[in-house]
Formats: sequence, structure tokens, C-alpha cells
Amino acid sequence: MTLSISKKIIFYVLLIIFSLLVFSPALIALLMSFMSSQDIMTGKIIPTEFSFDNYAKVFDRFPLFQYLINSFIVSIVIMIGQLLLASLAAYAFVFLEFKGRDFIFFVFIATMMVPFEASIIPNFHTIRHLNWLDHYNGLTIPFFATAFGTFLLRQNFKQIPTELKEASQIAGIGEFKYYLTVVLPMAKTSLITLGVYGFVTSWNMYLWPLLATTNDSVRTVQIGLRQLQSQEQLNEWGVIMAGAIIIVVPTLILLFLGQSKLQKGLTEGAIK
Amino acid sequence: MNEIAYQPEFQTSVNFTKEKKKQRISNLIKGILFLLPSILLFGVFLFYPMGKTIYLSFFLTDNRGDPTVFVGLENYVKIFQSSNFLQSLKSTLLFALFTVPGTILVSLVLAILANEKLRGIGVFRTIFSSTMGISVAAASVFWMFLFHPTIGWLNRIVEAMGFEAVGWLTDPDWALLSVSISTIWMNIGFTFLILLGGLQSIDSYLYESADIDGAGYFYKLRRITIPMLSPTLFFVLTVTLINAFQTFGQVDMLTRGGPQNETNLIVYSIYQEAFMNYQFGTASAQAIILFIIILLLTLVQFKLGERKVHYQ
Repeated sequence: MTLSISKKIIFYVLLIIFSLLVFSPALIALLMSFMSSQDIMTGKIIPTEFSFDNYAKVFDRFPLFQYLINSFIVSIVIMIGQLLLASLAAYAFVFLEFKGRDFIFFVFIATMMVPFEASIIPNFHTIRHLNWLDHYNGLTIPFFATAFGTFLLRQNFKQIPTELKEASQIAGIGEFKYYLTVVLPMAKTSLITLGVYGFVTSWNMYLWPLLATTNDSVRTVQIGLRQLQSQEQLNEWGVIMAGAIIIVVPTLILLFLGQSKLQKGLTEGAIK
Repeated sequence: MNEIAYQPEFQTSVNFTKEKKKQRISNLIKGILFLLPSILLFGVFLFYPMGKTIYLSFFLTDNRGDPTVFVGLENYVKIFQSSNFLQSLKSTLLFALFTVPGTILVSLVLAILANEKLRGIGVFRTIFSSTMGISVAAASVFWMFLFHPTIGWLNRIVEAMGFEAVGWLTDPDWALLSVSISTIWMNIGFTFLILLGGLQSIDSYLYESADIDGAGYFYKLRRITIPMLSPTLFFVLTVTLINAFQTFGQVDMLTRGGPQNETNLIVYSIYQEAFMNYQFGTASAQAIILFIIILLLTLVQFKLGERKVHYQ
């Protein structure tokens, strides 16, 4: 399908206008993070002078570094936990035949109907009872099991030829070894997709870290930003924006790198 | 002779069924082992809490959330007589009414534009999907500034156009709409990406034959693109609808449920009732209402979307 020049121009104009509209909230924040308070008050668009003062201030006044480390630990632990549990479960659903498998599969589907938000009260009590408040365990372990991740990997595992499994059985390769040495390497792309997705969603989690942390020891960046925003109301917008920009950079980089894979994975996992 | 010949065959068949049984048991054990970690965690952090929430919704509780007095359905009666909860339900429905069509419409336009094969289209796709990587907290901070009564951009634009400044987050008539606008922005990235995926999977053959027939751009859009995209649209519809009912972060950051409870969406209401007022019984009853709503929506998604959402 080739387009005429005039149509092309219309498309480019529309694309540019919409891009500016969509990107402006983030772009404004980025520019503001380099501005002095005076620039912000007078409504400048481009800072009169690019300065990193706000970034220095936000690290100086807030335990932002600690928050970042906490978020990294929490997100990576959840990511690994999800990859492990989802791949094990998906393996069972694809390669093992046993009584009750369909029932368990139904249970997995049923988990998608239970919103986490509706079960926060007992979960909070469980975490407190286990002494996991203000502890990495409380922030990570509840999120290891994922039905979405299991379905995503299952879809991919199903494309591995069954002859491979039969051959390995004849060669006397055990179930776990087959999972580890054949299935996982072959499903690398979906594992990366799920990994990126798991990392990004964990990094951006809000409600649960708000409940499960009461001090700075394991508090994540999102809740850190909430603190920053509620304490820095005195027109220190540059500092707040610097904090927000630092928080979104890791996930944005991950998304830009994995965009095409993520799109494919999400569409497949969600729709197929 | 005959009997002797029969014997070994009989034995192997016994061995065979025995082996098969053994195999079946070993498969069962293996299957359970592979699934155990997930089942265990789902049990502890999803099914048990769900049951416990139902249980708690029939009780009065102390400050720590331990049940004290059984009150039957009284908590439910109470929440449906409480103007706060009814207001919260109404706000949540309105919020869904604003954000779901808004998100889908904007994302659809973006996806259709970004589906053209043009040079440099990848850059636009990246920009459109970028809000997916921006957390609720950060996005709320961005919008908080845009909504700022004096130095925010929205009011500067409004005033430059000669209108009176709007109390975006402080005026009860505007607050819910403002939160909805910021939410639509946050939703765009994900919805756009899914819709773009749907558009890309439409067979280009359909467009080629329409081109031969001399069909115009909007004719093709209406007659090919939208119908072929309908399963994806349906999926996106239910996902954004479910998300709308689970919204919490932007309310907490932008308005804390105010002004006059106008933006007190259901999850925020549960949070307040449980963790600020320590009314765990009524909070659980509210959580059950939320659960029922989500359950129904998911069932509709499975039922109506069966052709596309099949898990065999």
C-alpha cells in the first residue's frame, strides 16, 4: 500500500501533533527538573539555564538512593520468582499428563477473577503475623505466583515439538533436567518478555508497598515519591520532578529495549 | 501348548498395566511438584484471603482486625445505607464511564495512525507506548503540576484563552474528570500497544483487494479495520473496565478521595475504611462488592470473548 505525498504529509502532521500531546506531560516534567524555582514560577518552557541542582537536592534531602536500591531488589526478586514459578507451572500444563490437571488449570484461570485489591485486608494481617512488615519478603513473595505469566509461557512451550520430549525420554533424561536444559533455553524470548513485564509492574507497584512498609528500610521508590510530593509542597516543583524522572528512567529504558517483544508477548498471552 | 503360549503374554499385559499405573502415579507426583509452588502461594495470598474477607464481612472487628461479634449481613446493610459508600460506587461507575471509552478512543486513533508504513514510524510507536512505563506515582506528579491552580499549564492555557481558572482537583465538579483525564493518559501506552498488535495481525490481503475495488480510506477503516479488530477491542474494553474498578494510586496521590468524596473510588474507600478507620468488617463487605463486580466482568469477558480468549 503506497501513499500519495499529500496523504503522507497529513499522516506525519497528525503523528507529530499527537506525539507532542502524549509526550508533553513527561517532557514538561523533564524540562522542569532542570529549572530553577524562579523559571517554574514565571512559567518558562525551556529552562534559562540547565542545572542539575534539583537532582543533587533530591538525593541530598531524601533517602532516594536507598529507595532505588530497595525497588531494584524487590523488582528483581519478584521477576525471578515469577519466572521460576510460572515456567514450572507451564511445564506441568504442557508436558505432564496427570489426573486433575484440568481442574488445576481451571483454578489458575479462577485466580484471574480475584482482584488483589479485594484481598488486601487479610493479606496485610498475614504479613504482619509473619513479621514481614518492613521486610523484603512481604513485598515480594505474595507476587511470585502469576496466572498471566503461566499462560504466556504455556503458549510458548506448546510450540516445542513433542518429538523432542519423546526422544529425551528414550535417552533417559529426567523431567527436571529436560525442563532446565531443553525447555527453558528454547523459550528464551518469552522468558525475557515475562521478565521485563514482571520487573516493570513490580517497579511501578503502589498500593501494596504503601501498606507493607512503615519506614524507609525497605520502602520502594513509588512510595518514596509519595513522601516527597506530600512534604515538598512549598513550590519545590523542580525537586519533585527530578525525583519522578529518576524513578521512571529504569522502566522506560527497559520498555524501549523490549518494546517489540513485549508487544508480541502481551498480545499473544492476552488474546490467544 | 496353547496354555503355555498364552501365559507369557498374559504376564506382560499385567506388567504393562502395572507399569502404566506406576507411570501415572509418578506423573501425578511430578505434576504436583511442578505446580506446588504456584498453588501454595495462590492458596496463601489469594484464595485464603478471599475466604477470610468473606468471613470478616460478617463480623465486627477490633482495631487489629480480629473478629469480635458476629453480625450476619449487617455490614452489608450498613454500607448500602452509608452515603459515603453509595457516593463511592457512583464515582467509580462515572470514572469507568469517562476512562474506558476515552482510553479506547484515543488509543485506537493513535494505533491506526501508527500502523501506517511510514519512515520513522518506530519513533512514534515508542512515544505512544511510553506511558506504559511511567508509574502511577510519577504520572500523578506530572499531572499534579499540570493541574496546579496557579502555575499549572492547564490553567495558564485556560486563562490565556480568556476563561476563568479552573480548580481542577479542588472543585467537586471537576475533580473526578481531572483524575479521569490523567488516568486516560496513563492507560494509553498499554492499550495502544495491544491495539497496534491487533491491527498488525489483520491480513494485508483484505486491504489489497479493497484497493483494487477502489475503496476509500474511511470506507476501509469502517468495513475492514474495525470489524477485524473487534476481538482485540473487546479484550481491551474489559481490561480497561476492570482496571477502572481497581484504581487507587492516582486517587491517593492527586486528591486523597476529595473534594467532598467526589473522587473516593471503591478501592480507596476500602483502604480508608480498613487502614484509617480500622473498620475491617465494613471494609471487607466493600471488598466483597468489588470482588463481585470484577468476577462478573471477568466472566463476561470469558463468555463473550470465548472465540478469541480460549485457553486449550
